[in-house]
Amino acid sequence: MSQSEPKKLAIIATKGSLDWAYPPFILSSTAAALGYEVQIFFTFYGLQLLKKDMNLKVTSLGNPGMPMPMPMPVMLQALPGMQGMMTSMMKAKMKKKGIASVEELRDLCIESGVKMIGCQMTIDLFDFSATDLISEIELGGAATFFEFAGEADVTLFI
Amino acid sequence: MSNFDQELDATGLNCPLPILRAKKSLASLDSGQVLHVIATDPGSVKDFEAFSKQTGNELMESSEDGGKFHFLIKKG
Repeated sequence: MSQSEPKKLAIIATKGSLDWAYPPFILSSTAAALGYEVQIFFTFYGLQLLKKDMNLKVTSLGNPGMPMPMPMPVMLQALPGMQGMMTSMMKAKMKKKGIASVEELRDLCIESGVKMIGCQMTIDLFDFSATDLISEIELGGAATFFEFAGEADVTLFI
Repeated sequence: MSNFDQELDATGLNCPLPILRAKKSLASLDSGQVLHVIATDPGSVKDFEAFSKQTGNELMESSEDGGKFHFLIKKG
């Protein structure tokens, strides 16, 4: 391992669905394993990824790229209960394929020292309470993100 | 398969878990000791090469046997 300054990865996580929770946590945990110093800034819907109980969902609505077990008209995909069903199916499929749960990946990130910043403005906007969020985070704003991102080798907007 | 000091069964696990588990196992080894990883994720072949290059741990051996991938990693 080189003794020089570690590489840095800065991520902005803006999405709060089950499928979009994966990229920030997979990349961060892997980068940490490779020796990167990592910071994720969670803003807008990305704040859902910091809740103690994430309860994330997936939907095919507005997402024609999502593979469906059978062809289904969009009107039917919008029926009550469909989102819950799709989420259960997706979670079952992930489990079967040996893909980690979002909770497990988040724990691995915390364990490996990934720093997580919650956007204070979003918390105010959506009337979130800091007690709904995990304790391993800090709160901050755009300037806080740039303090780290300005020095980062890789910066991603997800 | 040469000798190794510790074995990690990562079969059935998908990206990035084999790498993350290997990283954890390597942390408990001393420099020069060898970790044997068994995985079924085909992506792990390329990933362990990349992992070794970036972390300074040496990938001594990478082989496939009946759908299982074996890696020998010497801690740097």
